[in-house]
Amino acid sequence: MLLYALRRLIYLVPVAFGVSLLVFGLVHLAPGDPISAIVPPDAPKEVVDKLKEYYGFDQPLPVQYLRWLGVTLTGDFGTSIGTGRPVATEVASAFGNTLILAIAATLLAFTLAVILGTAAAYAKSRIVDRLVTLISLVGVSVPHFWLAIVLVIIFAVELGALPPMGIGPENSTGWRFDRAHLAHMVLPTIALSVIPLGVVTRTVRSTVKETLSMEFVTALQAKGMRDRQILFHVLKNAAPTCLAVMGLQAGNLIGGSILIETVFAWPGTGFLLNSAIFRRDLPILQGTTLVLAGFFMLLNLTVDVIQTMVDPRIKRG
Amino acid sequence: MAVQSPSLDIGGAVLVKPTPSSASRGYWQSVGRRLRRDPVTLICAGLLVLIVLASIAAPWLGLADPYKTSMIRRLYPLGSPNHWLGTDELGRDMFARLIYGGRLSLFMGVTPVVCALLIGGLLGITAGFVGGKVNMAIMRVMDVFYAFPSVLLAISLSGAMGAGTENTLLSLTLVFIPPICRVSESVTTQVRGFDFVDAAKASGASALTIVRVHVLGNVLGPILVYATSLISVAIILAAGLSFLGLGVKPPEPEWGLMLNTLRQAIYVNPVLAALPGVMIFITSICFNLMSDGLRAAMDVKA
Repeated sequence: MLLYALRRLIYLVPVAFGVSLLVFGLVHLAPGDPISAIVPPDAPKEVVDKLKEYYGFDQPLPVQYLRWLGVTLTGDFGTSIGTGRPVATEVASAFGNTLILAIAATLLAFTLAVILGTAAAYAKSRIVDRLVTLISLVGVSVPHFWLAIVLVIIFAVELGALPPMGIGPENSTGWRFDRAHLAHMVLPTIALSVIPLGVVTRTVRSTVKETLSMEFVTALQAKGMRDRQILFHVLKNAAPTCLAVMGLQAGNLIGGSILIETVFAWPGTGFLLNSAIFRRDLPILQGTTLVLAGFFMLLNLTVDVIQTMVDPRIKRG
Repeated sequence: MAVQSPSLDIGGAVLVKPTPSSASRGYWQSVGRRLRRDPVTLICAGLLVLIVLASIAAPWLGLADPYKTSMIRRLYPLGSPNHWLGTDELGRDMFARLIYGGRLSLFMGVTPVVCALLIGGLLGITAGFVGGKVNMAIMRVMDVFYAFPSVLLAISLSGAMGAGTENTLLSLTLVFIPPICRVSESVTTQVRGFDFVDAAKASGASALTIVRVHVLGNVLGPILVYATSLISVAIILAAGLSFLGLGVKPPEPEWGLMLNTLRQAIYVNPVLAALPGVMIFITSICFNLMSDGLRAAMDVKA
């Protein structure tokens, strides 16, 4: 098992290399000179040249890449142009906030999805099945940033029941586990969970339905096993497929929270990324993208390894 | 592909009984027949045609000018005289802007998928058919793009390149190439393993002929169905980029951008502020249902 995980980790190296190339290239996708983002357009040429030399932009691209890679690998992501603070610090604190929201949303989405999907697969009446199918259709079709606005309109503006934005009360310094902070989490969590809810419900429903039609279920029924015990076996067999989809959704949720974080002014990586884009703060853009992509890769790897642990049929080759 | 016709073997002489053309229903005919019996898909298709036609014909529908601002007529509620869907934060007619908005929103959702379908499909079919090192090279490059959550990739690319319609189209196309390429590669690899491909090779058909005659006919269906399922994602993503200020620039009418600029009005006129999202929602749900219907009619496994 450990050997398999290690081998998969080695497979990640070329992908990680490609990712680093792409993230490095982001700066050079930007229109004009990377330097032009930080100096006023009427800056004297000597100053621009000095800055270019300071940041190493006067070197050929491969040299620049290797220098950037070397520094980045030591955990130094550079300095934010906007705030002057190290990128690593900024991204780390934002990432924590994103993670809190993502964990809450995944828990909500996956729990509901497993219950709804299983219920629909088991449903004798068509109405239950139709209803669950409708929920999953709405989940995958709704523009989640619009849903976020609608939630704010209903629960914050009209009812005044929940706070419309922010991570906590005004004097809050960071997330804490208390009533006020939890109240601020409710709306973003719901808005963030709709897409994974829709996708995972769909997968659970079809996988459980497929498993139910397998012969071993009939055999267990014939043997006189109780329904609850059979359900356990069915879920165990449906688990690998569902886990794969869940892993992908959990990762997408962390990357996809950008829009939701913007609507709710939630100080996470998405919010940071968005403000970095408008301040043309390229080091932050690079750092955030790199951290999120790295996390996404590791998450996929973990899901892969868990999947082979759950399902011995998958060859560990 | 020839339809299997019953052959009568009488003492060495083979009599192939020709099948009457009317009896053998073609694949596409049966797909069409199944689609005609599917009311949900038909309604969705009809609604989409209506939305598309309305946005194309917008300048000739006698609508109010979607760019004409008015300082005294700002944020009229729904049902106002002359502005039955109200006016936006700059006093522009909402109904006209919603109809006109379909032009850019649909264009920016559909174009990237079509471009990605051409590029990704070509790459995927090549990788699947040629196999070996070519497959390795193409698919490993795709793996790099798979290391990013799709929304992050779209926003980072657009963010680095700057706002604008062209940049959004470019970054969205890049986002959709890898998944289409992966699906194309896997179906092509499957088809390549079938006996009729070997038979065609043995009969001396060139690689290009095999691809054109035997492979394309069998892989295009699944790839197309998959691509249609991406359109709703693309529309939401394109609107999302505009919502963030990374896509279409004001004052163009576009649903995502309208949702953004109307956000300041949620305390004044909340229903109005939510309207552009309703359009995105309806369009996206129709595309999803139509894709499901197409999948069922074409008998493609998910």
